[in-house]
Amino acid sequence: MKGILLLAFKLLVNDKAKFSALIVGITFAVFLMVQMTSMFAGVLSRSSATVLNIGASMWVMDPSVQTIANSVGMPDYVLDYVRSVPGVRFAVPLYYGAALLKLPSGLYQTATVLGLDDTTLFGRPALIKGRIEDIYAENSFIAVHDPEFPKLENPTLGTRFELNDHRAIITGIAKVASPGLFGVPTLYTTYERALQYVPNPRFTISYILVEPKSSASILAIKKAVARLGYRAMTADEFIQMISDFYKYQTGIGINIFVMTIMSFIVGLSISGQTFYTFILENMEKFGALKAIGATNRQLVAMILFQSGFTSLTGYGLGVGLCSLIIGIAKLRLPDYASKITYFNLSLAFLMALVIAAISSYVGVRRVLRIEPFDIFRG
Amino acid sequence: MTAAIKATGVVKSFGEGAATVTALKSVNFEAAFGEMPYIVGPSGSGKTTLLSVLSGILRPNAGSVVVDGVDIWKLDVDSLASFRLHKIGFVFQDYHLFPRLTTAENAAIPLIIKGRDWESSVREAANYLDIVGLKERAELPPVKLSGGEQQRVAIARAIAGRPDILIMDEPTASLDGETGRNILGFVKRNILNERRCIVVVTHDSRIYEYASRIIIMEDGRLKGETPVPPANEK
Repeated sequence: MKGILLLAFKLLVNDKAKFSALIVGITFAVFLMVQMTSMFAGVLSRSSATVLNIGASMWVMDPSVQTIANSVGMPDYVLDYVRSVPGVRFAVPLYYGAALLKLPSGLYQTATVLGLDDTTLFGRPALIKGRIEDIYAENSFIAVHDPEFPKLENPTLGTRFELNDHRAIITGIAKVASPGLFGVPTLYTTYERALQYVPNPRFTISYILVEPKSSASILAIKKAVARLGYRAMTADEFIQMISDFYKYQTGIGINIFVMTIMSFIVGLSISGQTFYTFILENMEKFGALKAIGATNRQLVAMILFQSGFTSLTGYGLGVGLCSLIIGIAKLRLPDYASKITYFNLSLAFLMALVIAAISSYVGVRRVLRIEPFDIFRG
Repeated sequence: MTAAIKATGVVKSFGEGAATVTALKSVNFEAAFGEMPYIVGPSGSGKTTLLSVLSGILRPNAGSVVVDGVDIWKLDVDSLASFRLHKIGFVFQDYHLFPRLTTAENAAIPLIIKGRDWESSVREAANYLDIVGLKERAELPPVKLSGGEQQRVAIARAIAGRPDILIMDEPTASLDGETGRNILGFVKRNILNERRCIVVVTHDSRIYEYASRIIIMEDGRLKGETPVPPANEK
């Protein structure tokens, strides 16, 4: 069988024009599919950036919450109640809100403000400049050095600005694991200062961050919180809920899905048509092989090998090209949200296989139907 | 002695109902090892259909074909393909060489289909190219060869599988007269032997002198034989 596959390989690659067209078709399709799904994965990943960056095991919130950004304030007694639930090691409040900054240049800029529990500073980011204890200093804020950082006019330690008409000073520059989705800079401060600086409704706790004593306690904590009319979720569940919101309750998911399907159809059209033409052009050769004594199994193996080889090569080139483009884009465009995941790669691989299967199915049907007698008849 | 090919009462029709065309009408044919019979006749007389039935690539409606003692139309599809591969070599009218393979690789195809590895097949095929006088052209693609040379590559491919039966369909149709005579003369001198039978379908009278016997076919029936012209008449 090795020899017959080598024959198939030579017939394929020696027809440089057709082979190039096949490879370009599949590469292009895979590139588009990976690009689309990676962009979506990047958006989804960024939509949960705060959950990832804070790093709490469990989050307690109002049941109306759909994404991290639309928090609904909870009364203080909820925090007390959660702390009293058996299985809770500790629970701390988190403030999440938006503020308007007046920058040193006089321009205004919206920012996300995260207020960390004053006592524990649980969820604090890693600092690259400054000391974490300086967060307790007067008017102190920590700026996150992410792609939105330049929108704060690249502040340094000691930079002053106005935040909702209050004086604010940068006392630390932090890094985070994942930049946010919404294109606004992030500032960390203490919970109490956040309440002072940002106007709030009656209830002020955006989220309660919970650390259970063990994973076995999680279910009991969820049930206890639910009895009070609130919702407790693990970080993974919260991320999934946010992802589901963007996937199913915004236009982003369906648009990406449509674009991915279109990429697939384009790839299938180009590759399927080219492969079919390739088979048609070689039909008499396949007939000659059949007359000489090649079995249907050998001919099918040749076609499957040709389509499989083309698809896998196109897949590799498509993924490589996409990685290159995303890499370059990320170097040039800090806000570029794109993330190649194993799921993206698997999906594109599956679709490349489907393209190969459909293309070869059409070819196999034709080749199995050809009668060697047709070769004699010319 | 076992006949190389023995066809009895072969009938082959195409189409259905009123459109049915009977190409072979109870044809009986026999050829022995060591001979090179020609089947000649006008276009549409059924020569190619008979050749296809004899070589196991077109199933007849009735009758039997026994090749070297095997009733080939009782074999299943894969066994028949294997039988063709090991027993029968084909030289097609249009050669059907692969333009993107080298000459040696083209000649090696029967060996590759047999499951031999690529390198040894191509090496062995070079020996058959030597037989047809093209060893020095082994690395060229067929498109770089003349029509006569391509025909010789097709012959090398046909004999590479060491078949007992060689089927040649209009072997001179694409060649000029002199080249055609040279090819058939070469086949008779170098390819035909006492263990091999070569059946040639042609309507090229310029090559009749190389036949062992010439069988006339008309309207789906074999009409008898015509004398082989002496070589010095050409």
